[in-house]
Amino acid sequence: MAQRIDVKDLNIFYGDFRAVADVEMAVEPRSVTAFIGPSGCGKSTFLRTLNRMHEVIPGAHVQGSVAMDGVDLYGSDIDPVAVRRQVGMVFQRPNPFPTMSIAENVLAGIKLNNKRISKGDAQDVVEASLRGANLWNEVKDRLNRPGSGLSGGQQQRLCIARAIAVKPQVLLMDEPCSALDPISTLAIEDLIAELKSDYTIVIVTHNMQQAARVSDRTAFFNLAATGEPGRLVEIDDTATIFSSPRVQATEDYISGRFG
Amino acid sequence: MTATTLPEGNPELRALLRQVDKGRHRKDRVMKGLIYAAFVVAMLPLISVSWTVIVNGIERFNAYFLTHSMRGVFGGMDAGGIYHAIIGTLEITLAATLISVPIGLLTAIYLVEYGRGSLARAVTFFVDVMTGIPSIVAGLFAYALFAVLLGPGVRMGIVGAVALSVLMIPVVVRSCEEMLRLVPNELREAALALGVPRWLVVIKVVLRTSIAGIGTGITLAIARIIGETAPLLITVGVIDSINFNLFEGRMMTLPVYVYRQYSQGLVPCTPGDLACIPTINYDRAWAAALTLILIVMLLNLVGRLITRFFAPKNLG
Repeated sequence: MAQRIDVKDLNIFYGDFRAVADVEMAVEPRSVTAFIGPSGCGKSTFLRTLNRMHEVIPGAHVQGSVAMDGVDLYGSDIDPVAVRRQVGMVFQRPNPFPTMSIAENVLAGIKLNNKRISKGDAQDVVEASLRGANLWNEVKDRLNRPGSGLSGGQQQRLCIARAIAVKPQVLLMDEPCSALDPISTLAIEDLIAELKSDYTIVIVTHNMQQAARVSDRTAFFNLAATGEPGRLVEIDDTATIFSSPRVQATEDYISGRFG
Repeated sequence: MTATTLPEGNPELRALLRQVDKGRHRKDRVMKGLIYAAFVVAMLPLISVSWTVIVNGIERFNAYFLTHSMRGVFGGMDAGGIYHAIIGTLEITLAATLISVPIGLLTAIYLVEYGRGSLARAVTFFVDVMTGIPSIVAGLFAYALFAVLLGPGVRMGIVGAVALSVLMIPVVVRSCEEMLRLVPNELREAALALGVPRWLVVIKVVLRTSIAGIGTGITLAIARIIGETAPLLITVGVIDSINFNLFEGRMMTLPVYVYRQYSQGLVPCTPGDLACIPTINYDRAWAAALTLILIVMLLNLVGRLITRFFAPKNLG
């Protein structure tokens, strides 16, 4: 069910402002691709174009193509809502729906779409998704309690369970651990390692050790100056990026010599 | 070295930390005094009004008063009630709410979720303007509107409901807008990222999350219009008997009833007529005012219950 993504000549705009310029990259299926780079370089913006969440912001638009298995996600006959069902997303801050229980949160993708689901099927989806997110054992006795009563790390795994409950092909993660303590971070990183056998995963992170630990390939983004668009500097196997990057800027960033 | 072995500690540091800012202390006390005084000043009229209404109204406030109309009541008769006015107030307020809430809520949804550019700015501007419309003007507007449609001199409950809607819509828009804006954007994005179409996000996430606040806002909007007198005097008129039909004939409402009774003044009783109560009109007015306050209180209570029932539960 995992699929590759090819990005060609992608320019991303907020109104007239070009935030990210000329991105060209391939995201391999069943692997973890990490995006690193300084704040404001467009990593998150680029990530959000992969499931067409970018255009939710008024005035935001893109030029170029993002193709999933050869299908251009920005084609004129493509429904952004359908794209988002295939490309799930986990956000920086855990955001379970406060009005829903843990089980309802997992089923949110189904319930919010007014789809009917039998009780048995719903239970199966809840259990499978929570097991998939390594959360089942912690919450199985309180599935009907509010999701916002969980700890931050548990909430984030609940959000991952919610994202995989709709069975996407690709999972995007926008700094999923930046609001979490080291133990919860470890739990999420272990989970990412398990999930990559089923999903194509793209993760944005500010933590370079995390990128080195969890990802197979790493892309480094940078921007020349404030007000300039961010650019993809290089993308390569994680081991290569962290040992012998081709570009000097990457090495400077990774070793902490920049600015 | 710890503090226990050195009870006095470093004298210089102690002096530095103990330095009391006299000016700040004084300001603190003065401000505290002012704030408490403002609170008392704000509470005084409220308590005074409630006390006066209760003391003057409780005498005639009984089951008979609540269940009888003014039909066939004249002079200083120890009779008459507000049943017809309660019916009118409840029906007209309900109709006004039914008109205002859909329009107001949809406008608020448009402004928060969809509205961009000049149209949204224009809507916001006109809502602001509407907030400032004097109630008598709203009454004249509704009267004129129905006079054009149905001929001059038309008086019925629904005209009053339309007049009240003109006053209520901007209040509903404003409060619903506030509440919808309080819903964190992250929840909208979370739902959108799950592949939920926008309209379902609005209905099932945004409205569901803010329903408690919207309920409170609507309750306050109702409380705002339920005591309106002037527009109802023009559009609905005055009547002594019971009329359940919003679409035909005059109706009585509580505020108009209070006004009407009070304006009739003392009854000139013939001396020795024990069945004649000179102050009956005043007594009825106060009792009706008390009823109106109780209805508003009851409504607020219901609003509170709705809020509590629907509020997002954090730790359950």
